[in-house]
Amino acid sequence: MDLTYTDEEQEFRARLREWLGKVLPELPPKPSPDDWPGRRAHDLGWQRRLYDAGYAGLHWPADAGGRGATPTQHLIFLEETERAGAPYVGANFVGLLHAGPTIAAEGTAEQRARWLPPVLRGDEVWCQGFSEPDAGSDLASLRTRAVRDGDDYVVTGSKIWTSHAEVADWCELLVRTDPHAAKHRGISWLAMPMDAPGVTVRPLRTLAGSAEFAEMFLDEVRVPAANRVGEENDGWRVTMVTLSFERGTAFVGEVVACRRVLAALAREARSTGRWDDPVLRRRLGRLYGEFGALWRLTQWNVSDAQRTGGVPGTGGSVFKLRYSHARQELYDTAAEVLGAGALEADREWVADRLSSLSYTIAAGTSQIQQNIVAERILGLPKGR
Amino acid sequence: MDFQLTEDQRDLRAGVRELLAGRYGREALRAAVDRAEAGGAGAAATGGVDPGARGGGVVDRGLWRELGAAGFFALRLPEAAGGVGLGLPEAALVFEEAGRALLPGPLVATHLAAGTVPGAAAGEAVVTAADLGGGLIAYLAESDAVLGAAGEPAEVVAGAEPAVAVAAGDAAAEAVAVASVDPLTPLVRVPHPPVAAAGHRAEGALLTAALQTGSALRTCELAVRYAKEREQFGQPVGAFQAVKHLCAQMLVRAEVARVAVYAAAVTADPAEIAGAKLLADEAAVRNARDCLQVHGGMGFTWEADVHLHLKRAWVRAEQWATAAEAEELLAAELLDAAAMP
Ligand SMILES: Cc1cc2nc3c(=O)[nH]c(=O)nc-3n(C[C@H](O)[C@H](O)[C@H](O)COP(=O)(O)OP(=O)(O)OC[C@H]3O[C@@H](n4cnc5c(N)ncnc54)[C@H](O)[C@@H]3O)c2cc1C
Repeated sequence: MDLTYTDEEQEFRARLREWLGKVLPELPPKPSPDDWPGRRAHDLGWQRRLYDAGYAGLHWPADAGGRGATPTQHLIFLEETERAGAPYVGANFVGLLHAGPTIAAEGTAEQRARWLPPVLRGDEVWCQGFSEPDAGSDLASLRTRAVRDGDDYVVTGSKIWTSHAEVADWCELLVRTDPHAAKHRGISWLAMPMDAPGVTVRPLRTLAGSAEFAEMFLDEVRVPAANRVGEENDGWRVTMVTLSFERGTAFVGEVVACRRVLAALAREARSTGRWDDPVLRRRLGRLYGEFGALWRLTQWNVSDAQRTGGVPGTGGSVFKLRYSHARQELYDTAAEVLGAGALEADREWVADRLSSLSYTIAAGTSQIQQNIVAERILGLPKGR
Repeated sequence: MDFQLTEDQRDLRAGVRELLAGRYGREALRAAVDRAEAGGAGAAATGGVDPGARGGGVVDRGLWRELGAAGFFALRLPEAAGGVGLGLPEAALVFEEAGRALLPGPLVATHLAAGTVPGAAAGEAVVTAADLGGGLIAYLAESDAVLGAAGEPAEVVAGAEPAVAVAAGDAAAEAVAVASVDPLTPLVRVPHPPVAAAGHRAEGALLTAALQTGSALRTCELAVRYAKEREQFGQPVGAFQAVKHLCAQMLVRAEVARVAVYAAAVTADPAEIAGAKLLADEAAVRNARDCLQVHGGMGFTWEADVHLHLKRAWVRAEQWATAAEAEELLAAELLDAAAMP
């Protein structure tokens, strides 16, 4: 049990910190949440800077264009960038955190050469077309069909809740290539260009008022068969690879951010006198303990991944269950600090309170995560 | 950074688990409960306590000595002083196992007294502490000394806070036994309880949190095992999601507490220890409740062990640092941290 960082790790941190100190003041201001083209440009611009400085794809394997850094270095990267207030991964989320790693793990040499460098350079944005109107938690029941026609698949169906679809160049798309096979067996994983004829994106308004995700209609969209990652009908296995990446490291930086928010809440409560309310004060104290523990849990999981060769383990589900709840608790407490001010939509923390409501749903609901913990970790029997 | 157990730490934990499984398995636990019921120190005795009545009590002196011989109490004493020379992380692992086995006795206080109170390190002496509020002291009649008293000339241990041992008999003179909710934690009320030395509070809280974590992990295991065996509606109840989700939450609570305790043991930071105690108390208490729920009517019986875990968890939640104290300490620490740029 060792929480100290090696000399090499500390040196890495120091260099990164120095670079952040230099580059962050030069960044253009953050665009407004509704300015999608602006957000795309901003996020890609940040990715480009990371690339030029040698920090792009830190945790990707070196033969996929990454830096082959250890999980601990990746952790330090996420911690330092968040602490310094660097831009969030944003629109690059899918490309960097799961489509990219999936292609690196399962793609052919040509596929890696075609898709990975633009993700790292900040040239292209990816989105995730998994969920459908009738296939959410039961993802394997998806119905979007892909019929082989010469060198192409012809894809027809619809996807929903596709984050960043409006600004994406590519979509990691799950399609049914064998309608007669058992439901997990007839699925394939395709890279679909978002500008292909037949793709229609209709933004959906979230409860926070913004258009964070969209509905996608696919009407006889031609996708080259060469864009299939993995074998035909073997897409479910590839999907599991994707999901393990999605749950693996996605929330690390956010825990650091939550600790910053908590400190700001304490300052606010102090300046308004709300701090003198022992119930509120104790609630904030408890959250401080909670997020401290979540940070330690992150370090624990990362150390575990480092020992087992970088594969995110089941610790991700334990973390996600606890974190999603803690984040909601944090912003509910923020509302308590604000009092009636929490009803003003433009106040700090109010938008975050709204968006925190998605954390127990997106990337697998808490109910599904609990099934995973119960069945895969505790070995309880599968339900009917 | 390698925040995982070392090989030696795994071996240590496995060794203690084996020792306790052999020496304090379920039969020994239930026999202790029966003894306590039959008029031992845990029963609702009235009037004064007899400090000499140690034979049929809750603390098994033979086992206490064996624990001493295995280094349980001297774990953190330097080797030069006859100790094992290990640190807080190792102590946390060992106490986690004791919590899992539901081992009774003032384990934490005796461990803290090693090096101060003669005989504590070797398990020859049983030492308790005034680590509870409300003027209550646990295991007083069975103890040889009470750790840390106020107002006495202090015997200073190298570099540590003043720690004073008073003979248990002195404190016991005015003690009145009260009925204890936990059959294996006899309680007395004293009008002027000695105050546990401030220097022990953080470590006491940490080791108690480790005991709580062990209990939380154990009740999770008990619930999962029962859920796999017990059938209703033609299938194991563990196939029902309502039950599954109770179990999943138990694991999450226990794992978060465990990692929090380990980290606090590594840093020994008072705020981190307070956070660990808070989470471990909650994990132990809520896991015991959920375990009881998973066991249905069986869970409400004296026969099932789960009530013993719950009652002990309640006791420990009042020891060294209560939730309110821990939250206040954390709040103060948060404000300090927030003041920094
Ligand atoms: C902000 C946000 C962004 C998203 N981004 C994307 C994206 O980019 N790409 C993408 O493909 N998807 C995305 N999703 C979709 C997300 O993965 C799904 O919403 C999620 O998996 C749940 O599916 P569902 O919405 O159909 O709910 P349903 O599956 O219909 O679930 C409804 C309720 O029933 C419960 N339930 C369902 N099945 C079970 C079961 N077996 N046991 C117990 N309870 C059950 C659920 O927990 C939930 O409470 C996003 C969602 C959100 C909220």
